[in-house]
Amino acid sequence: MMARIVSAVYAALIYGFIFLPVAVLVLFSFQGTLFPIPPFNGPSLRWYGAVLSDQRLTDGLVNSLLVAFITSALATIMGFLSAWALARFWLPASAMIRGIITLPLTVSYLIIGMGLLVMFNLAGLPRSLFAAGIGHIVINLPLCFAIIYSQMGAHQANIERAARDLGAGELRVLTLVTAPMLWPALFASFFLAFTFSWDEFIISFLLTRFDTTLPVEIWNMLRAGLNPKTNAAGSLVFGVSIVLAIVFEIVAFRKRVA
Amino acid sequence: MTGLPKNSTGWFCVTPALLFTLLFFVLPFLGMAVLSLFPKGGEGFGFENYAQFFGNPSYWRALVNSLEVTAIVTAVSILLAYPFAWILANVVPERWQRLALMLAVLPFWTSYVVRSYSWLLVLAENGVINQMLMGSGMLSAPVQLANSRAATVIGFVHFFVMLLTLTIYANLKQLPPNYRKAAADLGAGPVSAFIHIILPLTLPGIMVGAFLTFVLAIGDYITPQILGGNNELLLPQLIMMQIGRRGDFSSASALSVILMAVVTIAYLASARWLKIERT
Repeated sequence: MMARIVSAVYAALIYGFIFLPVAVLVLFSFQGTLFPIPPFNGPSLRWYGAVLSDQRLTDGLVNSLLVAFITSALATIMGFLSAWALARFWLPASAMIRGIITLPLTVSYLIIGMGLLVMFNLAGLPRSLFAAGIGHIVINLPLCFAIIYSQMGAHQANIERAARDLGAGELRVLTLVTAPMLWPALFASFFLAFTFSWDEFIISFLLTRFDTTLPVEIWNMLRAGLNPKTNAAGSLVFGVSIVLAIVFEIVAFRKRVA
Repeated sequence: MTGLPKNSTGWFCVTPALLFTLLFFVLPFLGMAVLSLFPKGGEGFGFENYAQFFGNPSYWRALVNSLEVTAIVTAVSILLAYPFAWILANVVPERWQRLALMLAVLPFWTSYVVRSYSWLLVLAENGVINQMLMGSGMLSAPVQLANSRAATVIGFVHFFVMLLTLTIYANLKQLPPNYRKAAADLGAGPVSAFIHIILPLTLPGIMVGAFLTFVLAIGDYITPQILGGNNELLLPQLIMMQIGRRGDFSSASALSVILMAVVTIAYLASARWLKIERT
């Protein structure tokens, strides 16, 4: 009994620690006055109105969604193709290829961003959303590859073989047999990549200039110090991330049940 | 594509990912390594950037600060997360575990910038904690919580407690319950069973989490910049300063290579615990 009480108290403390900053962030996004500090004065939607009528922030939001959607789709497709090739075909040096593709997983985003900045700089390419998008694919491709590769089992290979015996070409096997069988993994990889791109800051900060993503715009707002408008923008970003996480959770859970 | 022999299909499919990684990851890194050997304002090739790093105490100090903060963060996060993961895996009823775990990692999904800003709201001089302590009469004047190493550590620990809870929980759930019963049958008490059976078997989960913590914490610019301020610099802050204030890409490249070397050493040290395997 004693152990259960200690457990409950400990768990409550950790939950409190984990939720404290988020609760403060969201609560004071509904602040009616000028500062996001106690006493709480509200609730008011004043700062959400301010966020939604701020052109820079809404542009940043659209840019973030676009970059996240396009880069996760490309990372998932490339990850899927390479995972399939490495799981199904005998390729020389396949261990090395696997190593190279998963290599960026162990490298800080800062270094990936710096490297691209240096290279684009030497090549005379300007900083842009496109450059940041390339960075997002670099960080997400190894993740997508690892997720999809881990789900390639032998039973699927047999079904693919059966499809080939029945006369399907490689392209049809890939699109009509392999991809549908692996769709939970593809979906999970897409959503995880989407979330990471949506939340990513340092690469976008280094590689974009005027047109930029939402986390960078929020970073720019921090110069104004503590401000309920920043709370409102942060709460919106958090809300979108939570929706993505729940979708991911449902998909991952379904896969385990099936 | 159908007429080609099988292996060319394989090559055809693996090429985009491989080429992309070589072109936008390996090549930029090599470019950075080369650029670091041509110091800004120097006479072509030279090791000045590296000499400066090892010779200038304020540069050297940034790496030491980073290693210290990362070590503290990793240790504190493991100590906080392990009992929590254990409670989630063993005390919480099975049907609620998934929900409990999902709740525990919910703020994990906020972006770095927003998460650090949230802690600033809590720790600032007129923030929630100071106001609460002063309101309850425990403090007469606000204490300086933000802009310190402690604030950086708190911001990091918050994130990594969630990450480590995930990895350790996953590891605890894989242990067959029989092991503990067997240990009890053989005369081991709960404490002894934990130290000799459970802990060694969950070491891989701890190591994976510790490695991720190390890599992600040592390379992060946001948390120390927002919460720690400029009182003491960590390595990523120093790197950003080279390009932000001085426009010195060469020096920034050298520091990035050093950061990469530190991470590689950590990887090699824990490599045998980290394996991506097919199920």
